Amino acid sequence: MSARRDWRGVLFVAPYLTVFVVMLVVPLAMGMWLSTTKSDLFGTERWVGLANFVRLFGDAIFLQTVGNTFTFVLLTGPFLTLAGLGLALVLNRPERWAAVLRTIFFASTVLSVTVVTLVWRLVFLPDGGLLGVTAEALGGTPIAFLNNEKLAMPAIAVTTIWWCIGLPMVLFLAALQQVPRDLYEAAALDNASRWTTLTRITLPAIRRTFFLVIIIEVILQFQLFGQAQLMTLGGPNNATRPIVLFIYEAGWRQWELGYAAAAAQVLFAMILVAAMLQYRLSSRRAA
Amino acid sequence: MAGVGLAGVGKAYGAVTVIERLSLEIAAGEFVVFLGPSGCGKSTLLRMIAGLESVDTGEIHIGARRVDTLPPGARGVAMVFQHYALYPHLSVRENMAFGLRNLRVPAHEIAERIAAAAASLEIEALLDRKPGQLSGGQRQRVAIARAIVKQPDLFLLDEPLSNLDAALRVRTRLELAQLHRRLGATMVFVTHDQVEAMTLADRIVVLNAGGIEQVGTPMEIYLRPRTQFVATFVGSPKINLLPVAIEAGVTGNARARLGDGTVLDTDVPFPGQGPMTLGLRAETVCVTAGDDAATHGTAEVVERLGERTLVHILLGDGTRIVAEDAGVSSVRPGDRIGLAIDGAAAHLFDANGLGHHRAEAG
Repeated sequence: MSARRDWRGVLFVAPYLTVFVVMLVVPLAMGMWLSTTKSDLFGTERWVGLANFVRLFGDAIFLQTVGNTFTFVLLTGPFLTLAGLGLALVLNRPERWAAVLRTIFFASTVLSVTVVTLVWRLVFLPDGGLLGVTAEALGGTPIAFLNNEKLAMPAIAVTTIWWCIGLPMVLFLAALQQVPRDLYEAAALDNASRWTTLTRITLPAIRRTFFLVIIIEVILQFQLFGQAQLMTLGGPNNATRPIVLFIYEAGWRQWELGYAAAAAQVLFAMILVAAMLQYRLSSRRAA
Repeated sequence: MAGVGLAGVGKAYGAVTVIERLSLEIAAGEFVVFLGPSGCGKSTLLRMIAGLESVDTGEIHIGARRVDTLPPGARGVAMVFQHYALYPHLSVRENMAFGLRNLRVPAHEIAERIAAAAASLEIEALLDRKPGQLSGGQRQRVAIARAIVKQPDLFLLDEPLSNLDAALRVRTRLELAQLHRRLGATMVFVTHDQVEAMTLADRIVVLNAGGIEQVGTPMEIYLRPRTQFVATFVGSPKINLLPVAIEAGVTGNARARLGDGTVLDTDVPFPGQGPMTLGLRAETVCVTAGDDAATHGTAEVVERLGERTLVHILLGDGTRIVAEDAGVSSVRPGDRIGLAIDGAAAHLFDANGLGHHRAEAG
């Protein structure tokens, strides 16, 4: 009887399992295999083992893209998390103005990357852009943010933060609204100050969401592509070239599919390690 | 320990009045229960005393201090919440210490108070556990212990027993009564459960639609309900209410004529001729096989409770009445039975719902 019951149980998970295997496991395995070959659009030439990986770690441009990607994640991830939390704390109110501001802050998230980068190029443009005009009005010299090696990546980070702040804010709002109201009432009766209430009641209560947001943001921001592609094309002097742009160019400009797949595996490993690390840390703290 | 004074306290949400200018004095050391149905405003009133709801009109005093303008933490009250509101990420010990630390009570005194409260509620073994590791009953005790360590002027308890199972509820009820006696503290307890109110209270405040229906000791409330609402809300099974015609009896008391023609002499002073509602508690209407039967009816439903039997009876005029019989009763549904009615225990309610009772003894 139990064997028959087990067989029927498989039917319930089969639809998901099929999609999971076909859409995720198979492409992942194909990508891994591809990364060990010399391939182009016409097919696989030969199996090369780890040669693509050896070449990658000797490729200065690739190593720079790894550094760029890490810099970008460090610039955006923590800020998105903390700013999302801050906004959620301020806007977690029943008043109408808070609802309007919640909508406004979330609105940018629904825009496409093309629109967002277009808007922000107009902000950063030294000649007639918002910041340029403002600098001139204040008697300063306009700065060419996107042509400056030091400032281009922070400029992309600002654009990304503006674009992506809605998601962490909404996740934190949802978490805050799950905190039982009577905990705050008990804290008020216990003479807790605002700061004590925040640090001893609110933050511990939303700890899981905090780590969830960090993990989501790290995974998302490691995959930076559109903003860099549309705002700087990876320049100036590769200063804003992220790993995904490197993969794109290696695969679809230079037709080196095996090499691009190897770079993709490195990115996959980086995201996996970062996410696992966060997960481990959050589980240990939660225990 | 302090008394509480409410003077003309009112509260409205927009056009909806939830508490109508209400005045009440609670003596120091008294155990007062706010009793009423859902939505009567009893929890709101408690929360207004705690400072968790603002007061639109009137004043609240705790002891000699006016508190309605003070924040909750400055009122000297401790509250036990319906869902306990224990801080989930803090241990039991930290939960109890939280309020004291905020008041900058010295660490050694915090430890002493926690030890004393934990011993008193027998939760010493739980001090290092988190609330999530406790059963409902244990959480309840921790919530009470957290209130005790604050040594407040006033304890506020918002339906604290409603989440416990029946057996634990009875036990905790007893412990609360003992705790009150031991601490001698002023306690205000909110419930919709009349048994909790009757067993715990020095005085019960019966609330209805944001106003006070009656304030009195449990037996005053039960024996001399001021209104028909109070008579109906307190007592199980619900008081029998029968439309009657009133006339003066030979003793000067009211004589009630039931719909089926039965005449019942009451001890209620004659309030004037006219239609009224007769209130009879089930224990004053007894099944009888003898010739003391005041009226007869047909048993419809028989509820055997063990120590007594409740019989739902259809009278000749189509009205229904609940009577009591001995625990071991031979009555079966469909039986035609006689009813002996204790007219001396009868209540009368006029068209405005106001109660008329027999003259008080002495």
